[in-house]
Amino acid sequence: MKDTKISARGVNVYYGANHAIKDVSVEIADKTVTSFIGPSGCGKSTFLRCLNRMNDTIDIARIEGDILIDEEDIYHPDVDPVQLRAKVGMVFQKPNPFPKSIYDNVAYGPKIHGLARNKGELDEIVEKSLKRAAIWEEVKDRLQAPGTGLSGGQQQRLCIARAVATSPEVLLMDEPCSALDPIATSQIEELIDELRGRFSVVIVTHSMQQAARVSQKTAFFHLGDLVEYGDTDDIFTNPQDPRTEKYITGRIG
Amino acid sequence: MTDMPDDRGAGRSAATSTASIMRPDARTKSRNAAEKRFRAYGLGAIVIGILALVFLLASILYRGLPAFTQTYISIDVALPAETLDPEGNRDPAEMAKVITFGYAGLVDDAMQSALEARGIEVEGLNDPGVLISKQAPAQIRDWVLSNPEAVGGTERFDFLATSRIDQYYKGAVTMESAARDSQISPEQLQLADILKDEGMLTRKFNWSFVTAPDASDQRPEAAGLGVAILGSAYMMLIVLGLALPIGVAASIYLEEFAPTNRWTDIIEVNISNLAAVPSIVFGILGLAIFINFGGLPQSAPIVGGLVLTLMTLPTIIISTRASLKSVPPSIRDAALGVGASKMQAVFHHVLPLAGPGILTGTIIGLAQALGETAPLLLIGMVAFVTEYPDAPPEGFFDPATALPVQVYNWTQRADPAFAERASGAIIVLLVFLAIMNITAIVLRRKFERRW
Repeated sequence: MKDTKISARGVNVYYGANHAIKDVSVEIADKTVTSFIGPSGCGKSTFLRCLNRMNDTIDIARIEGDILIDEEDIYHPDVDPVQLRAKVGMVFQKPNPFPKSIYDNVAYGPKIHGLARNKGELDEIVEKSLKRAAIWEEVKDRLQAPGTGLSGGQQQRLCIARAVATSPEVLLMDEPCSALDPIATSQIEELIDELRGRFSVVIVTHSMQQAARVSQKTAFFHLGDLVEYGDTDDIFTNPQDPRTEKYITGRIG
Repeated sequence: MTDMPDDRGAGRSAATSTASIMRPDARTKSRNAAEKRFRAYGLGAIVIGILALVFLLASILYRGLPAFTQTYISIDVALPAETLDPEGNRDPAEMAKVITFGYAGLVDDAMQSALEARGIEVEGLNDPGVLISKQAPAQIRDWVLSNPEAVGGTERFDFLATSRIDQYYKGAVTMESAARDSQISPEQLQLADILKDEGMLTRKFNWSFVTAPDASDQRPEAAGLGVAILGSAYMMLIVLGLALPIGVAASIYLEEFAPTNRWTDIIEVNISNLAAVPSIVFGILGLAIFINFGGLPQSAPIVGGLVLTLMTLPTIIISTRASLKSVPPSIRDAALGVGASKMQAVFHHVLPLAGPGILTGTIIGLAQALGETAPLLLIGMVAFVTEYPDAPPEGFFDPATALPVQVYNWTQRADPAFAERASGAIIVLLVFLAIMNITAIVLRRKFERRW
């Protein structure tokens, strides 16, 4: 068992009167891919967005409970969400590169966090990040071309490069392949497997096959409850809860 | 289908079972007819709109373009030293003691001698000097004071012809109307025709219509838009300098930072309502606050600019918020996701994308302010101003007038020559509006990079 990276204890999330996450406690291990699965509207994306405080931008969202990353409470009043988000990178459902050049897309994070002292270092970070996102070979000759001109799968890998450029410790992925074709999806999945060596990756997915392929740990959410959490193999072969079994066999969804 | 035995009951009509897509059925026909009618309405509306626009432009151009040309009489004027420089020192300071009235006789004398020299005689003609604008003495005096050494000699001047002569050549004054007119007689018109044949009377492009200040009722031929253009330009500077930063800052705060609660709802509703407040109400507000309470001078571009700023702000705020809203939220997520602060996300990513929209909204707001008349009437910008305001910033406090107010002002005057100048002023105003709108389009094209 690897070290615990993120530890959530008794997390409740309310959107106004809607109780979206109900008393969820989960320990997410370092250097592991953890997938959140569950039917639409079960709260898996909501919970993911709690982990880097992206829910702060929603006025009506209210969060209770503790979420600790490296034993530090990320909802502590002293925590600046900006610093937190540099440590916890995020990749979104729809590829959303900035309408700028490929280079600027990747360089933006390091620039605002002051990670590079000069142009040379910045170039190095950009190259390293694009290589990690397995897109360097495709774009190295057109770094100044607009990022939005790439194909969907390339855009998503560019977004991953952008997320890893700030050297995060955790990478959150909110259905990163839902807008991609099967080939692009398998490229991203391979990439996730490689990224596991450096980060703790948390991925929300609708595809159970994807969860089974890429993750070591799986959490099943249903109507705001964390129903079951364990090793991916166990969840898929020997689910403990009848709801999990129904979901993975396709009877609820 | 027709040869199929009818075993499904009589309910199934023959029409559906034999329907051919080559022949439209009744329902399709009526739908197509409705669509055709709708298209015809739309086309009709557009045609009516275009016709109205063409008619408007044609009538304004037809009536206003003549204001850009003016009839001039060029004549030799003797500058007698004994009246213009009684001391004989050629010292401009001393010569300035001779007021404009002292030059009045020179024009009449010049006309008389020109007629005698060329042997021109018109039966029943009296007072040929009337042909020349009452502006002329002041023109001679200004010239003499800057060229004192010329006194004692003879100099050729290009004088504006009086507006009746000018209108005679533009078709508004005829021999018949002159017979009933106290300011011009048919004989004087005949003289003008003779002068024209002699080459002394010509019609030229009149830059002074754009550059000169306003002139009194007695000499419409000399009236120009200079002060009005300067006043409008000063006000636009003030509006741009105040409304753009305030409006954009307010919109960014309301759109990106402000919490959604009852207070922001109230503010939002009020901004929309302010945009619909009649502009004259802003004039009363400006009169009460800036002039009566704030003690700012009347008729000054600063007050006009402040009032127009208040009026333009809602327009700018509404259009800026609309363009901020149109930036996809995924861009904000992306920026926040890599650890940008809210402000960095807004200034690095959202604002550049919203920029073209903000720019267009601002220029449209400015164009609206440029054409606004009613509030300016209330703060005294309708005054008769013949002095150019100083250069800014002091000039912001000098009396000035504005283009649309000048149009309004000229349409109030009795002399028909002002009607032509009012139309001419409208052309100038439209040219400025067109320039602003074209600028908006060009800037939009230039900065709108949809990657």
